[in-house]
Amino acid sequence: MSQTTQETAEDGDGRIASVSGPVVTASGLDARMNDVVYVGEEGLMGEVIEIEGDVTTVQVYEETSGVSPGEPVANTGEPLTVDLGPGMLDAIYDGVQRPLDVLEEKLGSAFLDRGVDAPGIDLEEEWEFHPEVEEGDTIEAGDVIGIVPETVTIDHKVLVPPDFEGGEVVEAHEGSFSVDDPVVELDTGESLTMHQEWPVREARPTVEKRSPRSPLVSGQRILDGLFPIAKGGTAAIPGPFGSGKTVTQHQLAKWADADIVIYVGCGERGNEMTEVIEDFPDLEDPTTGNALMDRTCLIANTSNMPVAARESCVYTGITIAEYYRDMGYDVALMADSTSRWAEAMREISSRLEEMPGEEGYPAYLAARLSQFYERAGLFDNLNGTEGSVSVIGAVSPPGGDFSEPVTQNTLRIVKTFWALDADLAERRHFPSINWNESYSLYRDQLDPWFEGEVSENWPERRQWAIDTLDEEAELQEIVQLVGKDALPDDQQLTLEVARYLREAYLQQNAFHPTDTYCSPQKTFAILGAIRAFNDEAFSALEAGVPVEEITDIEAVPRLNRIGVQEDWEEYVAELESTIESQLREKY
Amino acid sequence: MKEYETITEISGPLVFAEVDEPIGYDEIVEIKTANGETRRGQILESSDGLVAIQVFEGTSGIDRNASVSFTGETLKMPVTEDLLGRVMDGTGQPIDGGPEIVPDSRRDIVGAAINPVSREYPEEFIQTGVSAIDGMNTLVRGQKLPIFSGSGLPHNELALQVARQATVPEEEDGEDDEGTEFAVIFGAMGITQEEANEFMNDFERTGALERSVVFMNLADDPAVERTVTPRLALTTAEYLAFDKGYHVLVILTDMTNYCEALREIGAAREEVPGRRGYPGYMYTDLAQLYERAGRIEGREGSVTQIPILTMPGDDDTHPIPDLTGYITEGQIYVDRDLNSQGIQPPVNVLPSLSRLMDDGIGEGLTRADHADVSDQMYAAYAEGEDLRDLVNIVGREALSDRDNRYLDFADRFEAEFVDQGFDTNRSIDQSLGIGWDLLSTLPKEELNRIDEELIEQYYTDEDDQESEQEAGATAD
Ligand SMILES: Nc1ncnc2c1ncn2[C@@H]1O[C@H](COP(=O)(O)OP(=O)(O)O)[C@@H](O)[C@H]1O
Ligand SMILES: [Mg+2]
Repeated sequence: MSQTTQETAEDGDGRIASVSGPVVTASGLDARMNDVVYVGEEGLMGEVIEIEGDVTTVQVYEETSGVSPGEPVANTGEPLTVDLGPGMLDAIYDGVQRPLDVLEEKLGSAFLDRGVDAPGIDLEEEWEFHPEVEEGDTIEAGDVIGIVPETVTIDHKVLVPPDFEGGEVVEAHEGSFSVDDPVVELDTGESLTMHQEWPVREARPTVEKRSPRSPLVSGQRILDGLFPIAKGGTAAIPGPFGSGKTVTQHQLAKWADADIVIYVGCGERGNEMTEVIEDFPDLEDPTTGNALMDRTCLIANTSNMPVAARESCVYTGITIAEYYRDMGYDVALMADSTSRWAEAMREISSRLEEMPGEEGYPAYLAARLSQFYERAGLFDNLNGTEGSVSVIGAVSPPGGDFSEPVTQNTLRIVKTFWALDADLAERRHFPSINWNESYSLYRDQLDPWFEGEVSENWPERRQWAIDTLDEEAELQEIVQLVGKDALPDDQQLTLEVARYLREAYLQQNAFHPTDTYCSPQKTFAILGAIRAFNDEAFSALEAGVPVEEITDIEAVPRLNRIGVQEDWEEYVAELESTIESQLREKY
Repeated sequence: MKEYETITEISGPLVFAEVDEPIGYDEIVEIKTANGETRRGQILESSDGLVAIQVFEGTSGIDRNASVSFTGETLKMPVTEDLLGRVMDGTGQPIDGGPEIVPDSRRDIVGAAINPVSREYPEEFIQTGVSAIDGMNTLVRGQKLPIFSGSGLPHNELALQVARQATVPEEEDGEDDEGTEFAVIFGAMGITQEEANEFMNDFERTGALERSVVFMNLADDPAVERTVTPRLALTTAEYLAFDKGYHVLVILTDMTNYCEALREIGAAREEVPGRRGYPGYMYTDLAQLYERAGRIEGREGSVTQIPILTMPGDDDTHPIPDLTGYITEGQIYVDRDLNSQGIQPPVNVLPSLSRLMDDGIGEGLTRADHADVSDQMYAAYAEGEDLRDLVNIVGREALSDRDNRYLDFADRFEAEFVDQGFDTNRSIDQSLGIGWDLLSTLPKEELNRIDEELIEQYYTDEDDQESEQEAGATAD
């Protein structure tokens, strides 16, 4: 929240009537719904969430211990907004966009105390502004007026705010400026700066939403290969604790081919945020070679931070995402975990004594979820560029039971479902994404991209893998009753091929320096190698070679090592021909 | 301090009173009963003219004539290094007859959140001497790793074994003489006198008491008091770790009793209950305890937590283990079946997990083969476990040679790797060595999760193994 909007106490201020955890009521406060207010002597930030007669209910974004009735409540008259401008990449914010490093400095402590505020972007820092407009140009909402090299990777495009009238440029200044310095002057007497604000609960306007057509390549075989998400698409990853939600989200944040990554740690572990802060600066973006941190913005409301700010952190995140989208970038937002956001809603709702819906969640749960995911998409921007926001939400169902309201309401909205499976996690099959339950509704519309960029055989080979895995699932049921040896030879061989699909293709070790990222080409090649083994093996079987001899071929287990090969092309070619010759020797 | 005799309602652990001055949320209240007894409580809700007070020591004996006074401050824990060696009750009052505690500072027991920017990612290996933990679910300094157990299972023995044996292998600069010992903070919530004795005797026997601080809320102590006990313990832990540079190991037992107390308070307040009657904010509440583990950049010490909880009905989807597992950095399962087979400690590694393991192990930390060995043993044990069901139906003969090897692997894994006894302390080298012995019973080609070079280095062919064992026997 911007300090620039904080006003001093004036008429219309109220007094605290009651305090109960993060919920405070005030009387005598002149406020509108969703106004930001400052509560108590310490000026704790809060937001108006209910007005009933003279009683205004406020959710407070900070701890309220020691706050008493009678203390003042001051209204800013503004909704919760974020500061937008250069300096957001490489930053780490709390749920209301206070930069955590600035808070550390201001507080002089490793612990987060309350009542300190800081603007979301540094108001003093100077940026190199290169105008993209000149005297006489007419500009309107959304137009790019200049460029600021924000990080090595990202040019920050300075935009005319979407709610701004526009006008004719009188002067555009080239040079070094702080974000509030005027950089473009208009004939209307107004001037534009590099700094704008936007209310978080309101989607930034666009011209039109389009149907996505290219994949958000994740470098994860099971995702790209079987259940791809589109740029501008939505995905949910539900799973019980320890099944791999966070590792998957981190993998996406690291390797997805987005221009910008917004990572929202919503009500999860402090150390997981620390891990990102420590790791990302040293990791290279596989496409640009630059530090990953240069394209990343982190928003952290860890599980022990105030619960009301958990409710706001996803909005803070998506608003920042939309801002970069408006510049024509492909933005990917990960929210880990949306369940904590829903629970924050539930907690506030129950303190308001609202009528509870399913499992105590407020009746508006479904509406809030769909409003949020609706902000994802591939868009035609106001300025004629095209940009996308992809949203990937982790879901943490109680007891791992997917029938609960947050999972169910999310699945009704998102088009990609990556179902995590505790059984797979227990046997250290990672990523523990269940291939029978997961789906992607983008599959067909993304095929042309994969056919063009990788191979025209992409869909066919994928279908073969799916069919083989399906067949395995059926055969496994029989094996559970009679044992593998009771199956006919061809079925035993199918099981063996399926085992390689699971071990060499579906499994991928996020912690292995090479295996952690797998290009679509490599993904396709691994599948190809397994397919080649399959075809050779069945020929051998037809020629009368016993199944044990086929599966005992010395080279076959090396399929499992393709993932860790840096020079996989050579390795695959060599392996395929060795398998072929070893099998052909048998007949 | 103004005294009120304005109690309007008493309900369960709650007292409501009228006031004519503003009272701060969370503030501490003193209630004097007619017979002169003083109870402490905390403000749960404060509004103009009326407050709701949660009474720690229970409300029995309080009537409407009791007087209420407000201390004007939230609950504080007096902290000092002199707390080491002391035993206190669940509200922090000494019960060991020792000298009065002269605090160095008084700290708010509701700790502020550690700024994620200020944290240091935990990655220093703690050797617990327990193979199932060190080898498969490695604990690191600053981690929160709970024990998921059931009633009647030996979780206390395991926790004590860890507390006794835990060391951090020699630091490079050698400034610590013999590994580093931990200061142990023991927070008991609603455990029986007998269990408490088990801990105290062990602490005394091993001399650990000197470097321990004990907070005891026993089964017959008031339930509401349990909500402050872990906060006192953690406030003390943070002080010792981040102000005084100690590496602190906090054992909290039994978190289930703590959660029951939360539920009781929620019910008394007539809150809308969440799953199975536990308050909707239980996740946040537990997180405010568990997240107080960690390391801070530039500070010497660390807070490592081992909370123990008994899963009602051994059900890990019950809200208490479920919410805990969502917050902590893994969990260690103590298993009823393994226990009845006499395996000590009866740790089921399959559902167990240490999320901080990956960064805490490997070359220079433990050993280069650690991650691969652990991965491979997980996969092999899981496969053997699966086959046990099948073998019950079709018999061993119907299984292939490969399957039989996995079955044997699973048996030997339990008997040799997991079942080490509560008094055996194994180095990480020993644990991994046993791991290799077991893995070497499988064909080399099956070890697809292990780097080929490591296989060359550590895999022993069956014949070698025998001769090696003989050599080992003579060397002894
Ligand atoms: N792709 C992966 N590769 C290797 N290990 C993984 C992978 N995914 C998950 N894991 C393991 O599983 C553990 C739990 O994963 P995590 O993402 O933290 O689970 P969740 O967020 O669902 O609770 C991790 O600490 C890691 O050990
Ligand atoms: Mg997670």
